[in-house]
Order: sequence, then structure tokens, then C-alpha cells
Amino acid sequence: MKQLIVIGNGMAGVACIEQILKHQPAFEITVFGDETHVNYNRILLSSVLAGEKSLDDITLNGLDWYQQNNIGLQLGVRIVDIDPEGMTVTGDDGSITPYDKLLIATGSSAFIPQIPGVNKKNVFTFRSLDDTKGLIERSRPGMKATVIGGGLLGLEAARGLQVQGCDVTVVHLMGTLMDKQLDATGGAYLKSKMERLGVRVLCGKSTRALLGNGKVEGLEFIDGETIDSELVVIAAGIRPNVDLGRKAGLEINRGIVVNDHMETSHPDIFAVGECVEHRGTIYGLVAPLYEQGKILAATITGNKGPTYEGTVLAAKLKVMGVDVFSAGDYDEHSVPDTEVVRYEDAALGIYKKLTLREGRLAGVILVGDTSDSSRYMEWLRARTDLTAMRRSLLFPEPAGAAGDPGAGVAAMADGEIVCGCLGVTKGTIISAIHEKGINTFAQLKECTRASTGCGSCAGMCQSLLKAVAPEFEEETKKVLCRCLPFSQENLREIAKTQRLKSVQDILDIYGNGIGCEICKPALSYMVDVIWCGDHEEDRSARFINDRVHANIQKDGTFSVIPRIRGGVTSAAELRKIADVADKYNVPMVKITGSQRIDLLGVKKEDLPKMWADLGMISGQGYAKGVRMVKTCVGTDFCRFGTQDSTAAGIELEARLENLFTPHKVKMATVGCPRNCAEATVKDIGMVGQEGSWQVVVGGAAGKSVRKADLLITAETTPEAIEACELFFQYYRENGNYLERTYDFVERLGMEKIRKETVYAPEPQREKLLARLRKAKALSKDAWLERDTPVSPTQFVQIQPMEAVLA
Amino acid sequence: MSWIKITEVENIPVREGRSVKIDRNEIAVFNLGDRFAAIENRCPHSGGPLCDGIVSGATVICPLHGWKVCLDTGDILRPQVSVRVEVYPVRVENGVLEVDVPERQPMEDRSGVAA
Ligand code: SRM
Ligand SMILES: Cc1cc2nc3c(=O)[nH]c(=O)nc-3n(C[C@H](O)[C@H](O)[C@H](O)COP(=O)(O)OP(=O)(O)OC[C@H]3O[C@@H](n4cnc5c(N)ncnc54)[C@H](O)[C@@H]3O)c2cc1C
Ligand code: SF4
Ligand code: FES
Repeated sequence: MKQLIVIGNGMAGVACIEQILKHQPAFEITVFGDETHVNYNRILLSSVLAGEKSLDDITLNGLDWYQQNNIGLQLGVRIVDIDPEGMTVTGDDGSITPYDKLLIATGSSAFIPQIPGVNKKNVFTFRSLDDTKGLIERSRPGMKATVIGGGLLGLEAARGLQVQGCDVTVVHLMGTLMDKQLDATGGAYLKSKMERLGVRVLCGKSTRALLGNGKVEGLEFIDGETIDSELVVIAAGIRPNVDLGRKAGLEINRGIVVNDHMETSHPDIFAVGECVEHRGTIYGLVAPLYEQGKILAATITGNKGPTYEGTVLAAKLKVMGVDVFSAGDYDEHSVPDTEVVRYEDAALGIYKKLTLREGRLAGVILVGDTSDSSRYMEWLRARTDLTAMRRSLLFPEPAGAAGDPGAGVAAMADGEIVCGCLGVTKGTIISAIHEKGINTFAQLKECTRASTGCGSCAGMCQSLLKAVAPEFEEETKKVLCRCLPFSQENLREIAKTQRLKSVQDILDIYGNGIGCEICKPALSYMVDVIWCGDHEEDRSARFINDRVHANIQKDGTFSVIPRIRGGVTSAAELRKIADVADKYNVPMVKITGSQRIDLLGVKKEDLPKMWADLGMISGQGYAKGVRMVKTCVGTDFCRFGTQDSTAAGIELEARLENLFTPHKVKMATVGCPRNCAEATVKDIGMVGQEGSWQVVVGGAAGKSVRKADLLITAETTPEAIEACELFFQYYRENGNYLERTYDFVERLGMEKIRKETVYAPEPQREKLLARLRKAKALSKDAWLERDTPVSPTQFVQIQPMEAVLA
Repeated sequence: MSWIKITEVENIPVREGRSVKIDRNEIAVFNLGDRFAAIENRCPHSGGPLCDGIVSGATVICPLHGWKVCLDTGDILRPQVSVRVEVYPVRVENGVLEVDVPERQPMEDRSGVAA
């Protein structure tokens, strides 16, 4: 069989091989790549730097793929020469390999401007996996970092470094950001969005030198200004790798010149990807490169016919919370008689602009809301006549009843492209779902390759699956709510890395700015746990129970449950409760199912006075927080008691009371396995036995009944209590809001939980406990707000300033 | 109709509601940040105190069973039912929130209506 040698193991080269494999077998293929990794998704390096993906997540084709397809892979070998006469390539390892056909897919390299000092230590480019690893290794929280270049790559690098904790400045030569994809207005909107994320932006700044002795320490600009910087990333553009093509004597312009069949000037040598120039254009995004690969595969396998005619470029910025999309020619001044349709809402940070020529879309810019990007792309690609739609270009008529989530995808035509990177249409996805019986997003990706590029069509693919697949299985990652389309895990990461300390800030930057009864309480809990007292408490985002520290009842009154640790009370305490019940005419006094006493039917304005009269602390019966520790009588009185469960329960309750949790936490301690206080169906339980305690977690006997799992057996009471504390804090930090421990332990699995709590290395355990202690030290009895209300009208009805004349 | 002075605006925290009794009407007043709103403080579902709900844009969610009420029109947005709550005009004069409440009708008129 004929030998095909591919130089470059990158995105375009391997995608082209995938296409070649779809034709009749024509070649024995060998790939040379100078990087040491198997084929990976370069696009997602931004997501790796931003902590959203791990290095393992971005492999496109693993070693098994090469083996299955009988492809020889030479990693870490750089081709240094081509001999077009002798038809061989030479590697930097001295190897000489003959070929019948040669495919050059060498991509491009980062362009490094000739600035004095670019060779200093801690100056990086952002192109390869090794670059990315280096950046992750070298960046430290608090470090000053600068990105030279305010284009797509530069901004993604900036955001990534910021996630790594750096204090980031972007320096851009031109007057506005992303000037290749946005007009000045769009660039200005983008700038304010980046600044809201906490990235400093300097535009119109030309760097004269990188300062520092060996290691970079700062930058000097042409205007004489200097800034400090311990790390610099140069993202000033890319240059196609054409040296080999030149050595082979190919026609080179800025890139290796190819015709519409993807042929170079030499009959046996082909080229694809960022290193080629087609009709005067060099592409720097994958969508066109994949299209080229399809055509090239036909040509090289002897099926010459289809032609490549160029691609309408579309760019999407991959910075979470900063939505930017641009496609086509958005400049109304480049061609006479271009019309412009514009929409701006400065407060919401939304800017949309369409350019039209002869009634057809020529270009589009979307900042702040890119939800319609695929519709515009389709208009661009299909050159749709928009005359009839002129009135609703920016605001499409909703396709179905408001709130019909399927309407968006239903409105798309079958030929419309869902995945822009890989050019997968809605029709292709639907037939794949039917023909291959696809039910999950992972299967869909595997089978159609949709969403394996930049990943921004993931939402659309999932709605399609949901609408079409007979047994759609939702991904495990669920979004919190419609106001804020992120999973809670994601949101915790965002709040942490973006240092967002208030509910409203998170909603403004990452959500719809409004929020609802689902996300607001969840975010309130999140910022509280993450910033541990350092957050901005916003009572308006809390459910009424957490504003007035009592449980609202069906008639708008409230219930009062004071804390009675371990269910142990005294005659004096009971007398006090009785007096209070009398004084405030409490309609019902009830022994609860949790060994405590509930005073039901209390008016809101009476709450502070009652708490003061009781002189007891809050039992948090209204809150997602520490409820009770039920206890049994244990060794003190019971003839079977093996452990002092009463004292242990009171101790455990004292250590955890006043703290808040993702959902309520109910606990119990029992003196023996007879389990009289039901410890094995509690969120946390301690079950005494001869000489030890079994600490159990994740139990429930509410909506669902679940027997708790064993966390660990502890020999002493302090050890057992510490195990409870470790689990408690771990749940506080990793539980989703409104996720009881019975769901939490099933989601994470006991093995992982044990590994990260009771079996964790000493320093890790210490840190978990230290964070618990810090939170505990800052916690207060909520009922003390009777003396220091957060607002003067927290508990009272407002009295009108003037009476109404009857 | 008559404008009644209710309270200094500082007494109603941003995105929270408070109840106020004017004559026979129990009204929920809300501070929406850039403006105020006033509606009847009784959820049509089962009488829930709307002033205690979480505010979401120009709507409030009843704390009892989650009905969603539009503060501008009084319409119930969730679930879809055709009942509504009363909406009262509001204004701020010299830092004081005022609500326009219908003047109480003389007793004889009322009985006339009922008859
Ligand atoms: C007062 C009490 C019933 C009683 O008279 O004994 C009670 C009353 C309420 N329970 Fe309960 N639960 C009470 C013990 C329990 C128990 C028994 C226990 O704690 O040992 C359970 C089962 C154990 C468990 O939670 O695993 C229990 C399982 C629930 C559930 C179901 C939770 C689940 O996920 O399975 C809810 C609903 C929820 O939380 O979403 C709930 C919710 C409620 C609410 C708060 C409903 C609400 O949102 O308004 C009730 C408040 C009534 C009121 O107006 O004050 N209550 N509830 C008990 C108060 C205990 C205390 O001293 O704090
Ligand atoms: C951080 C980042 C984010 C990006 N985001 C997006 C995005 O959101 N959307 C988008 O469409 N595009 C994006 N891109 C661009 C996209 O990654 C490229 O367009 C695409 O990778 C180009 O494919 P290629 O195969 O031509 O080049 P490459 O993927 O660079 O592959 C070329 C390979 O050839 C190797 N090579 C070069 N010379 C030799 C030699 N002589 N011998 C052996 N091997 C050699 C190189 O080391 C490299 O591995 C991004 C790029 C980066 C760096
Ligand atoms: S079981 Fe609990 S939630 Fe249900 S009615 Fe009784 S107290 Fe209320
Ligand atoms: S009373 Fe308002 S929703 Fe039930």
C-alpha cells in the first residue's frame, strides 16, 4: 500500500486523517508530531488554564485510536527537511522516511514581537499543552501577571491566569479589545465586562521592553510608563509554520498556497490547517480547517471533485460570563451601501449589531447575549433574503408559547448548523439519534463529533437530545436554575476564583441580574460558606424563615423552637417555657418529633420579645442548619448502655449549633445498637458499642428512608466527635444547596468521602477542622438579632405616618 | 383616591417587602431598588403574606406555596390562573413613600353595592 506521511499531530492534520479513513483504504499512514502528546483539543487549553477542564479531558484521539486504525505515530520527532525529488522526510532524530504522498499540517506558532527582554524567565506564549502546564505551574495566587495582546487568545489567557489567582493586566496595542472581531463600541462593552471580572485593561499601549534581571519584573511602554509584572504571556498573534513547505520548494505566500481542491504547487504534497493560504486567506479557527480536511481527503484518496470555497469566519470568546460572538464583515464602512441594525443596553451590557447588504446579512457582533448566534450564522451561510424579516431581525418572534424550552431548537431548520467547529447540522444530529439509538450527550459527542470543538454548542445539543431522544438521560451536572445556567459546583468555583462575595454580584455578572426563590437562597448559603463571615449578607435573598429566624406557618404566624441540647431540659427551663406560652397566648405547645418543644402560632412582632423572655438560644428549627442531636439515656441510667450517649450528644450539639448547612442536619447519639434515639436514620449518628463508637452518616427517615453508612469506628468519644465534625464540614463545603446528606453520600460515594475526611492526610484534616472552627467562632445565636436587628423594621409591621380619614 | 404617607423609604430594605395596614386594607409595599410597588398583602391561593416573599425582578414569590405575583399588574404568573391581587399606585415625596388607596366608602353605599 502507498505510504502517506503526515507532518503535524495537531487538530487539522488528525481531523483530515479521520476523513481519509472514511474513504476506501488507500494508504498506510504515519504521523510525525513534535509535541509529546497524543492528539488533543488545543481550543480547550483555555478551559484547562481556567480550571474548567483537566488535561485528561481534552484528548481527542488516544493511543488506542491510532492502533485500531493502524496509524504509525512518531511523537516527539520534528521533521526538519523534505526531499521532494527523493520523496523522503528527515526527522531531528536523524531518521529518513520515504513517502508516496505527503501532508503538511504544521499549524502555526505564536508570534513573538521583537521586544528587548522577551527571553527572560517567566515570559510565556500560549499555544501548546506544555505552555499551559508551564503557566499553571508558574502562576501563584496574588502574583502580578500581564498578557500582551487583547485578542481572543489574550483574553482567554488573562481569564485563566486570574482563575489561577493572579492579579492580571491585559495590555493591548490597539484602542479597543478584540479589534479584529469587534467594532469600537463592541470592544468598549467587552472591556467593561473584563474589568468587572477584575481584569485590568490597558488599551493603546505599546510595549517597549520587558524589564527585570534574568526573571521578568515588569513592562515599559513607549509612553515611558512602567508596570510591575512577575509573569508575562505574549498573545500577539500567530504565524503559519511554512519553513518546511519552503524547503520543499512549494509556492508560499504568507502561508502554503493551496487551490480549491486543497492541492499545493507540488502534485504529491498536500497541506491543511493553519499553515495554508487559500484564496489569500489564512484561517486561525478550526471550523474552516475541518472543512478543508474533508475536501483534501477526497482529493488525496483519488475522489477529487468537491471543492473548498472558503468559510465565513465566526469567533466566540470562551470566557465564562463574558459572551462575545462575531462573524462575517461587521464593518459598515468597508463596502458602500451597507446598512446597520443596532441594539444597545448599557445597563445590562448588551450590544448587538448586524450589517446588511442587498437585504442579506453581511456581518454580526453580539456582546452580552449570544443566544441567537446560530440563527445569524445560518443567515450568513445560506445568504438568506431578510426582506420579510426586517422588523424582527434582533428580536425573533418566539417560536412557541413563552417558556417552551424546546421552541428554540424547534425553530431551527434541519440544515442549520448546531456545532460550528465541526459543521454538524441539526438534521445530522437528529438522524444520528434515531439511527444509532443515542441517549446521552457523551454518546452524541462520540458519534457525531458535535460539541468536541470549543464546546459552546453543548446547551443546544442537549436540548435537541432532550427533544428527540426517546430515553434522554440528563447529564449528572445540573444547572442551578434558569437565572444562572451553571451547576452549583461551577458556581462555587466562580464565587471563589472571582472573589464574588454577594448574591447580587454573582447574579449581575453570571446570571440574569434578577434571580429567583431558587437561586437566591442557594447563592446566599454559598457566599457565606466560602467567605466565612467575610461575605456581604443580603437578607432579601433569604427565605422569610432566615430573615426572622422562625418557621412560617400556614396562617402567616411563626413557630418558636428553642434549643434543648440532647433533649435534656430542667424543671426551671420548662417553667420558663410555660410562662412564655402563657404571656404570649401561644395557641399550641407541642413536644416535637426531635425531643424538643415547639411554640406554635406566634405573631412576627412578638418573636424578639419572646426570645428575650425565654433566654434560650435558637434551635434553628426553621433553617437549613444544625437541628438537634437526639440522645438516649445511655450509661447513666440504662442497663444496656455501653457509652455515655447523653453527654456525647450534648457535646456534639454544642460544637455545631448555630452553624448553617446545605440542608438541615439532624443528628443522634445512642448508647448501644438498640438505637433508641434512631441514630442510624440520621444525617450524622454515633452508635455506642463496647469500647468504641460507630460513626454513621447519610441516614434519613423522612421523605425517603435510608440507613446511614458507616463512616468509621472510633475508639474514644473525642475521636468519634472529630469524625462527625470532619464529615459535617466536608458536607458544608461540598454539598449542593437543598441536598440532604442522604443524596450527598450517594452522589459522592462513601469511599471518596472517607478518603477526604477521616482518612485524609493529617494536614488536610487539620485544614477542614480549622475552617469549621473559624466558622463556629464567627457564628452567633440568630435570636440575638432581637437586640440588633439588621433593619429597623425586621420584625414589625409598618405603621402609616398618617391615619386615613374614615 | 388619596395619597397616604407610609414611611421613610429607608425603612424598607432593597428587594424586600413590608406590610402596612391602612384602614381595612393590608398592603405589602416593596422596594425594588429603582422604584417601589404596593399590592394587596394576601395571596389569592391561601392568604399567604406576600410581603414576606422573595422578590424576583418585578415579581414576588409567595412564601407559603410559591405562587408568583406580578408587582406591576397584580397578575398571578405561576400557576396560570386568572385571579389577581389589587395593585396600588405609589410615589416618593421628600424621602417618604406614599400609597394611593381608595377612599373608604360610606357604610350605606357599601350595603347598596352588596344588595
Ligand atoms: C415540628 C415538627 C413536627 C412535630 O410536631 O414533631 C416538624 C415540622 C415540620 N417539618 Fe419536619 N418536623 C419535625 C420533625 C421531623 C422529623 C423527625 C426528626 O427530626 O427526627 C423528620 C424526619 C427525619 C428527617 O428529616 O430525615 C421530618 C421530616 C421533614 C421533611 C422531610 C425531609 C426529607 O428530606 O426527607 C420536611 C420537608 C423538607 O425539609 O423539605 C419537613 C418539614 C417540616 C416543616 C418545617 C414544613 C415547613 O416547611 O413549614 C414543618 C414545620 C411546621 C411548623 O409550622 O412549624 N420535615 N421532620 C418536628 C420538629 C422537630 C424539631 O424539634 O425541630
Ligand atoms: C489557547 C487556544 C485557544 C483557541 N481557541 C479556539 C476556539 O475557541 N475556536 C477555534 O476555532 N480555534 C481556537 N484556537 C485555534 C485552533 O486551536 C487552531 O486553529 C487549530 O489548532 C489549528 O490546527 P492545526 O492542525 O492547523 O495546527 P495545530 O493544532 O497547532 O497542529 C500543528 C501540530 O504540528 C506540530 N508541528 C509543527 N511543525 C512540525 C514539524 N516540523 N514536525 C513535526 N510536528 C510539527 C505542532 O507542534 C502541532 O502539534 C485556539 C488556539 C489556542 C492556542
Ligand atoms: S409531617 Fe411534617 S411537614 Fe407534614 S404536615 Fe406534619 S409537620 Fe407538616
Ligand atoms: S398562599 Fe400563596 S402560594 Fe399558597
